[in-house]
Amino acid sequence: MTPKTLTLQDLLRTDFAPGGGTQEYFVNMGPQHPATHGVLRLLLKLDGETLRQVIPVLGYIHRGIEKICEHQTYRQIVHLSDRLDYLSALANNWCVTRVVERAAGIETNERIETIRTLMAELERLQSHTLWWGVFGMDLGAFTPFLHGFRDREELTQIFEDTIGARLTMNYIQPGGLLHDLHKDFAPRVRAWLKDFGTKVDEYDRMLSGNLIAQKRLVDIGALSGDEALGLGATGPVLRASGVPWDLRRVRPYGVYDQLDFVVPVGEKGDCWDRYWVRIEEMRQSLALCETLIENIPEGKTMLVKPAAKIRLPEGTFYEELETPRGIFGVHLHSRGKDMPWRFHFRSPNLHNLWCITKIAPGARVADIVAMLAGLDLIVPDMDR
Amino acid sequence: MSDWLEDFIAGKEGAELLADDRPRSLLLPLPALIGSMQALKAQGFDMLNDHMAVDNPEGEHIRLLWLLCSTESGELLRVCCDLPRQQPVAPSLNALWPVAEWQEREVYDLFGVLYSGHPDLRRLFLEDDWEGWPLRKDYEDSFILEPGKP
Repeated sequence: MTPKTLTLQDLLRTDFAPGGGTQEYFVNMGPQHPATHGVLRLLLKLDGETLRQVIPVLGYIHRGIEKICEHQTYRQIVHLSDRLDYLSALANNWCVTRVVERAAGIETNERIETIRTLMAELERLQSHTLWWGVFGMDLGAFTPFLHGFRDREELTQIFEDTIGARLTMNYIQPGGLLHDLHKDFAPRVRAWLKDFGTKVDEYDRMLSGNLIAQKRLVDIGALSGDEALGLGATGPVLRASGVPWDLRRVRPYGVYDQLDFVVPVGEKGDCWDRYWVRIEEMRQSLALCETLIENIPEGKTMLVKPAAKIRLPEGTFYEELETPRGIFGVHLHSRGKDMPWRFHFRSPNLHNLWCITKIAPGARVADIVAMLAGLDLIVPDMDR
Repeated sequence: MSDWLEDFIAGKEGAELLADDRPRSLLLPLPALIGSMQALKAQGFDMLNDHMAVDNPEGEHIRLLWLLCSTESGELLRVCCDLPRQQPVAPSLNALWPVAEWQEREVYDLFGVLYSGHPDLRRLFLEDDWEGWPLRKDYEDSFILEPGKP
């Protein structure tokens, strides 16, 4: 028997709520809603103000990147990867680079790996700073937004000096890095790190202890570790639920195996734990960056001819790494040409999104904003 | 690494290990899929990391790939299964890993693979009335840049 397929229209049925006798109804949240950070559309099935069901509707920014990749060379694909999760642009570059390097057998040196790790950690700080600002704004506190963006701006300018872009950054390439670090890079990063150390504590004082924030986060949207694993959640969302799964620790890449850091883990998996895990991650990343910036070895930053065509052997290759939002993976299916036969991205945001279908039912409409902010979703990465 | 995987496929007809080195890959015949996945989950593969498909027009089949991950041992395992291109129907793994529900919707959307036992088989990215399966190699529409070119 052929399995039955459905359309969205089939789901738009309402009923009288069990016992209550009130009529359920649907409300669209998005695709143009400020709390969905982009074009995520959520169909909310409500009974009064209580959520009965959340139906995420995707595709409003689907660009067919996986199809486009089949017509691009491996060097060009690196430049597409940062259009997915633009706040993890360098981590995405790195993942594509790693899969190409492994398939082609390209070795790198210690300098390249150290700079890559440093850039990834700086970007984690940049991403979490933005998240913290926007998180506050979603809850109705405007000040964190201004502080978060203020502190992020200096880091963005440091990236701009070396990389040339502020958002969709391309720096990590198969065989090395696009070019060497800017001459002011190390002193500016040192100064920023020194400054930012006090800022994290300031963030804590400003928002974490706030009674309204606590009331809106503690025990809201709790997700157990088993549920989070089953829903495919990764990154801070999974770790907040008590599963210490961090690829930097369990399957180290770059120079993470030489670094000492703690993986923050939550207990209940509620919105507060997700908030706290990210704040602690900022502190850990800060310490990692302070170590890395003092220990960049000498060496070349590009080990292959930049214009050389990369031809990969036949086979299916996979690499994954830990972006600020979770596990980003790249499947590469090659048939021995200079373009892939199939290219697939394992998106951390797409997987984290489905937690909302589990944690939202039973909550209030206002809570869904706190839940979305806690999941820290980037829509272009889900839709690809 | 332990050879539990060789023991695992020993009793299964048509199952083979593929030459890929990392992660290790296991090709299963369709009838053995559900039983093997249940056994793998019981063995500790608690995370369905990803699910994708690869079109193979010459071989007249679509290969489905599941990437399993164990948070106990840290091991990654890829499970593959070939389906006929004309009428691809696979069992849904939604009961084992809830995330399969949405991963399968993506593969249905882009490759036209149907999943039996799926609670909500809808397109994920494209509109409900979209025609064709865009990631198949023979897909054509009016605005594709190089029609028919692989």
